[in-house]
Amino acid sequence: MQIIQTDVLIIGGGLAGLRVGIGAKRRGHDVIVLSLVPPKRSHSAAAQGGMQASLANCLKGEGDNEDVHFADTVRGSDWGADQDVVRMFVNTAPKAVRELAAWGVPWNRVQRGERSVIINGERVALQEKDTSHGLIDARDFGGTKKWRTSYVADGTGHSMLYTMSDQAIAQSIPVHERTEAIALIHADGRCYGAIVRNLITGELIAYVAKATCVATGGFGRIYRVSTNAVINEGIGAAIALETGSAVLGNMEAVQFHPTGIFPAGILVTEGCRGDGGLLLDRELHRFMPDYEPDKKELASRDVVSRRMEQHIAAGHAARSRFGEHLWLDIRLLGRQHIDTKLREVKEICHYFLGIDPVEELIPVRPAQHYSMGGIRTDHTGHSPTLRGLFSAGEAACWDMHGFNRLGGNSVAETVVAGMLVGEYVADYCDSADSDITISSALIRETGARQAAALRQLAERSGGEHAYTLLKEMQQTMTDNVGIFRDQERLQTAVDQLQALLVRSRHLSLRNQARGANPELVAAYRVQKMLKLAVCVAYGALQRTESRGAHYRRDFPQRNDRDWLNRTLAVWPGEEATLPTLSYEDIAIMKMELPPGWRGYGDKDYIDHPDTPRRAAEIEQLVAQLDAKDRFSVQRALLPYEHLLPGRYRGRNQRLGESGND
Amino acid sequence: MTDIIETSHRRLSFHILRYNPQDESSKPTMQTFHLEEAAGMTLFVALTEIREQQDASLNFDFVCRAGICGSCAMLVNGKPALACRTLTRDFGADITLTPLPVFKLISDLSVDTGRWMRDMSERLETWVHGSDVDPDVDRLEERMEPELAQQIYELERCIECGCCVAACGTAHMRQDFVGAVGLNKLARFRLDPRDEREDADYYELVGDESGVFGCMTLLGCEDMCPKELPLAGQIAFLRRKMAAQGMVKKVSKT
Repeated sequence: MQIIQTDVLIIGGGLAGLRVGIGAKRRGHDVIVLSLVPPKRSHSAAAQGGMQASLANCLKGEGDNEDVHFADTVRGSDWGADQDVVRMFVNTAPKAVRELAAWGVPWNRVQRGERSVIINGERVALQEKDTSHGLIDARDFGGTKKWRTSYVADGTGHSMLYTMSDQAIAQSIPVHERTEAIALIHADGRCYGAIVRNLITGELIAYVAKATCVATGGFGRIYRVSTNAVINEGIGAAIALETGSAVLGNMEAVQFHPTGIFPAGILVTEGCRGDGGLLLDRELHRFMPDYEPDKKELASRDVVSRRMEQHIAAGHAARSRFGEHLWLDIRLLGRQHIDTKLREVKEICHYFLGIDPVEELIPVRPAQHYSMGGIRTDHTGHSPTLRGLFSAGEAACWDMHGFNRLGGNSVAETVVAGMLVGEYVADYCDSADSDITISSALIRETGARQAAALRQLAERSGGEHAYTLLKEMQQTMTDNVGIFRDQERLQTAVDQLQALLVRSRHLSLRNQARGANPELVAAYRVQKMLKLAVCVAYGALQRTESRGAHYRRDFPQRNDRDWLNRTLAVWPGEEATLPTLSYEDIAIMKMELPPGWRGYGDKDYIDHPDTPRRAAEIEQLVAQLDAKDRFSVQRALLPYEHLLPGRYRGRNQRLGESGND
Repeated sequence: MTDIIETSHRRLSFHILRYNPQDESSKPTMQTFHLEEAAGMTLFVALTEIREQQDASLNFDFVCRAGICGSCAMLVNGKPALACRTLTRDFGADITLTPLPVFKLISDLSVDTGRWMRDMSERLETWVHGSDVDPDVDRLEERMEPELAQQIYELERCIECGCCVAACGTAHMRQDFVGAVGLNKLARFRLDPRDEREDADYYELVGDESGVFGCMTLLGCEDMCPKELPLAGQIAFLRRKMAAQGMVKKVSKT
């Protein structure tokens, strides 16, 4: 078996992986990126609406800063997020937008003078200031107090990914396209790289690295109806789980996006609602204000998706031959706006629905969209239990989204995590901690085990086919582990998934094609995906509360007293059919923002006894401080700057805010 | 309101080129698959169904299946198109699918556009060349006219799907031709004030027949571009600028 050595092996060529690579390379380390597809085809390209960063350039962004972004993100997470990580994130997001601006992303810019927008269904004229002219603009998104989402029409992810990918080319970072890591090489709690399959030739190659970073995105394809690309199967997270050492966090926290087009599940951006689009029912009644009088269509995604399904269950759905759905109305935005700022949406409607959204309504229904859970890491992206393994972006749970991610915070996270984890990977590679002594027997044995498993799959006859199992898994996940969950359905899912997992050990193939063999790929992937699926379903079954996107009909309250914690899943062994779960408490006494009402959704929750204690403590601290500026108050409540890499500790300059220069 | 258009349940015949260069026994052949049409069926749905139910060895590439990632370009009845957003109802009952020409064949309908595009990017240096590549990210960003940002995005919408290359007469004759995709990229950077390269620099990259002077103005690129980019106009503009640059060069040499 061929062995390739490098300092840093990055698995995944989307925004997060590429940015980690650029950071590590800039610090003088050799980097190789593995990608299932040409990197510009990664799912990052599908992010449409934008990236949150508190630049505060446009009129409706005035007064925005890191503190407001922090509070929005923590509320969005339903207090599941790690507040240190959120602080690191909100401070770095403006730097990420500005770096990308310098690298060539054509962010939409503020135009001075009158700006005609739709707010709450009404056309309103705003006056943008002269001083803002030409700076990066923002649009409104769900769950935010300010217009904070920087955007490039509705091709934001595309522009970001192309710019990032071209930067990686400029830095001569090799991307090994059409390769797939199928196992991590590890021993005694140390990761040494991966066994990688060439998807064109079928050859196995060992990549040995001081640091390995998994940035393979989410695992939406364990569901039948998902906005995710077909490559989002979570194999990176699965091979981490299969080590038995690395841990997956909060796998039950799965986001459903309110506006997947019906029935294909293709995403149309939250920017549609951010820019003023409305949700309508069969009677063309705008129903969101009935449920959410404050935020209406722009509550967080978990809340809007639940309200939509609730409204459908109450008999208000429109119907087509494919089933029940609701309508998204962007007609009021007008042709000019749609042709320039929502043109991808327009194309999607044209090609997949045969409609023009300038004139017609868009049929929508919530669809699986995002994996808040993933490889559990510390704030540096490093796995605490498998050293040398890092993770960044949607694949990781470091954990800035908790149980619900805000729209616009995910492409932001990919780049921010890439910037930060890139520095930490470089620090690690600079230090003696990253020295490796690896036995060639370990490489050979790990490779041989994978080769034997693939050979067995190819040679076994009379077994079931991968696609049969894949479909059953996707169906049970969509039916039983969706937006509304309960004991009975979750138990059904767990039972079915366990049975599927056992069956997946006896698959056989119908074709023995050499080289690119899509059936073989489907077979080894479904074995891995089933492990992720059972982590999601089992975690959801055990979590007897509702938090963020995890909603239990039988336990509808958020329960801080018993469940303010993070679920940790470990895979106990090859023959296992269930993960071993444990829980990591989220300490209220260290929070800058203790739990409360989110400002949308249900007001009903069970408090933790520490919540009033911490609130009183904060009140006292603030009173004692008598602080002149927001920074010293913040520092007293949650010091975090020391957690950031040195080069990213600076304050972000803003129009109209002094003291940041 | 809007209802999905009714489609009759036709029996479709897909004639697909089969060839796996990794397998020494494989010879290029056309294979026919029959399938019952479903409402709103795209080639993504059809090909996935054929693979799952009829021939598990069939190779093709889909990623986003929403017309934005550029993975799935192939020849549909001889014309380059994004398969994921191609509806079967727009065609007769016989549909012929072959891989994109020019690019290296991986297997069946799957071709290696990735290598080609990376080579092109390396050759044309498709990134902002400027002093600000390691910017002070704490400071306010450089301002840009809103209209200019939109104009740059117009050209940046290219998804590197390869349709323009497959539809290009020159690309079929000259392996080193950078294609409309490459020329459009340079036009995009030329427009961008953040890129400090000048026409003399661009001339070094595309001032010959493997570049802008290789274009025969057959317009296949623009006709086949799934993003409807103004490719012909951009190439014509760039050619004028490069011709002027060539004159300067010639004059300065004499």
